[in-house]
Amino acid sequence: MNTSDLARRDKFQFSMLLNDKRYRSYTFQFFALFILICAMAYLGKNLLENLAAAGLNISYSFLGEPSGYDINQRLIEYNSQSTHLRASIVGVLNTLLVAFLGCIAATFFGVTAGILRLSNNWIVAKLMMIYVEIFRNVPVLIWILIIHSVFLAFLPQPKAFRGENPEATMLWDAFAFTGRGFYIPKPVFNDGSLIVIITFILSIIGVFAFRYYARQKLYSEGKLLETRWTSVGIFFIPTILIYFALGNPIALEYPELKGFNFKGGIHARGSLISLWFALSIYTGAFIAEVVRAGIQSVDNGQSEAAGALGMRPNFIMNLVILPQALRVIIPPLISFYLNITKNSSLALAVGYMDITGTLGGITLNQTGRAIEAVLLLMLFYLVISLSISAIMNVYNRSIMLKER
Amino acid sequence: MSGESNSFVRKEMISERIPPAAERGLFKWVRENLFSSVFNTIMTFVSLWFIYSIVVAAAPWFLNGIWDAKTIRECYDLLDGKSGACFAVLNERFPQLIYGFKYPSSEYWRPNLASILLLFALAPILFRKLPRRLLAFSAVYPFLAFWLIWGGSILTSVSAFLGCVIAIVCYRRFSSRSFAIAVLISLIAANVWWIIGGYIVDLNDSVLALKDVPSRDLGGFMLNLLLGTIAVCLSIPLGIALALGRQSGMPIIKWICVFFIEFIRGVPLITLLFVANVILAFFFPPGTSLDLILRVLIMMTFFNAAYIAEVVRGGLAALSKGQYEAADSIGLDYTQSMRFIILPQALKISIPGIVNVSVGMLKDTTLVSIISMFDLVGMIRGPILSSTDWNGVYWELFGAAAAIFFVICFSVSKYSQWLERQLETDRR
Repeated sequence: MNTSDLARRDKFQFSMLLNDKRYRSYTFQFFALFILICAMAYLGKNLLENLAAAGLNISYSFLGEPSGYDINQRLIEYNSQSTHLRASIVGVLNTLLVAFLGCIAATFFGVTAGILRLSNNWIVAKLMMIYVEIFRNVPVLIWILIIHSVFLAFLPQPKAFRGENPEATMLWDAFAFTGRGFYIPKPVFNDGSLIVIITFILSIIGVFAFRYYARQKLYSEGKLLETRWTSVGIFFIPTILIYFALGNPIALEYPELKGFNFKGGIHARGSLISLWFALSIYTGAFIAEVVRAGIQSVDNGQSEAAGALGMRPNFIMNLVILPQALRVIIPPLISFYLNITKNSSLALAVGYMDITGTLGGITLNQTGRAIEAVLLLMLFYLVISLSISAIMNVYNRSIMLKER
Repeated sequence: MSGESNSFVRKEMISERIPPAAERGLFKWVRENLFSSVFNTIMTFVSLWFIYSIVVAAAPWFLNGIWDAKTIRECYDLLDGKSGACFAVLNERFPQLIYGFKYPSSEYWRPNLASILLLFALAPILFRKLPRRLLAFSAVYPFLAFWLIWGGSILTSVSAFLGCVIAIVCYRRFSSRSFAIAVLISLIAANVWWIIGGYIVDLNDSVLALKDVPSRDLGGFMLNLLLGTIAVCLSIPLGIALALGRQSGMPIIKWICVFFIEFIRGVPLITLLFVANVILAFFFPPGTSLDLILRVLIMMTFFNAAYIAEVVRGGLAALSKGQYEAADSIGLDYTQSMRFIILPQALKISIPGIVNVSVGMLKDTTLVSIISMFDLVGMIRGPILSSTDWNGVYWELFGAAAAIFFVICFSVSKYSQWLERQLETDRR
């Protein structure tokens, strides 16, 4: 091949747009973009025409209007005179509340079941297998409805706590589990409680600082400091001393039976409890499988090698097995946390007022602002999902095997 | 040999003795598996107590179950204060649970036939040992099922089917020249045929006509199965295309795919169903009305496709770079290398994931009950529980719904594990 051939080949010809690999991708992308823009324009035109025909417009002013409905489970002040925006914020907080509680409980169920599935006790392993299979293979919506009706059917009504010889009693006179929800003591912060809280936070920091110091000592001087009991001491003693020195600034307000219902304390509605329980036990079944796979993914030789070095069993678990298992466990675990957050939108089925129930439910139906409400709803979930996956990407990069 | 002369050397082997009683059989198994340590013993007793309490509570409930009654009060009368289930509701409302409350009862044979044929259509896809010729039936099946379930003239289905056949024939004919041209020609040919076919169908709309059943009359578990199957079938090719798009070197294509996938995966399915229910209609030309099932199907397909795309992307990423380079070096173009080298391996890796996602999709079809469609859960929560006859029969109904889903989802996941073992060609 001589130079003139090369020159001729490189000269641009129209047919190269389709036949030359170097230019074909540009043609292809151009067409894709063109089609996309056309489709968008077409859909936009339809949207405008439809809106005009229905006499609607896109406006978010409804968020400032009074909502006119009540929300019984709320974390911040809210009444029916509050705006739709405030109703949505109550909903957002409710979503985050049930998601947060659900993540903790699901991790607990999942880790317990995952470890027990590997137990050498045959009957326990089989029971856990049944738990995992039953919960994984039935829709979460059905579980939410079943568990909701279980709570309604089996827990006593508040009136059962009344009388000389009541059918139901409170646990330690502090917790009441009723069909209308759980009543638990509520902390009341009096003067000086801020100092107690600050002391508590400082002692947590102190624990970490001490552990860091102990590790430095171990690495630099080879001296092993006693950490466990010292940590416990740092954690509890200053806070307890300050607490009593200031004369019990934080008190508990116990729920009490007044008439036909409980008064005082924190009232977690039955809908919150059943949604929380259903989401966590359902997701726990998936987490159990992940935990099992994570533990099994660590080669047996690892623990044998650590044992050959003379490590004690808890050191083997903490320093050898867990760091390797967690690398497998954490990424899917976080995506299950995300799933809990997204599945909490099923609150609609039990009447728990999360963001889908307020903004996507009553607000949407009252104002008729479907497009705006659903867009805001999607935006909220998108922000949560994308921020969690951003955190996950950072984490993944930090635990990636460094040798590659 | 010297051994022969030594009288203390044993001449023959002694047969091995059986192990001591504590070391064999059931006793050994029980000791090792149930009582190997103090903690294990406690766990065993706790589990036994747990199983016992469940059996004690559930057994009379099951055994006293009433299968024949007209209302819940009749059930309570028959039970006479005993603990017992009222399965009569399943008996009496069976058609509603399965077909919904509007599907004409004279036509129940049609969905029945369609679901039996579904098994035959799936068989050659699921089990590769069956003769390949049966795949022809699988190709015809979607059109047949459409005719059976929605009714109308068979010509509609036939014409749709012929259009697809024409498209494939055209693609085969021209694919040797160029992939793009072949696709373009086959699309044009199919559309031309569908336009012609539409006129023919309009002229004779009574050929082998079944009674028309509008989409809004579908319901019950049939609706779950229908939505699940169609969404899964449509979303697998779309998901693969999205995954390839996300992996491609063309930035515009890549970003379109990334945006689509991340958007869909970032929002709950229920918000997409809200879109289908209240918003999607705004995006169609004024005057057209797409029925709700179709809108829900579009959204579910998108939803499932985004998840499948991520699974397939995982499979594509798991292949070593050498596979791509090897395909390039023997001169295969993009389509060929994907078709013959990359996708067969990547899809094999992604099968368990695809099945998991699809089982999830089938389970998620119950969410349509929230936008007031009457699927299995919608039927239970709506017409059945709110009727005065059966108000309060939660357990039996939700238990039955859970059982139906469990049987299907569990067998599908067992199938995927079996398939995974079948496809394991590298490590036997």
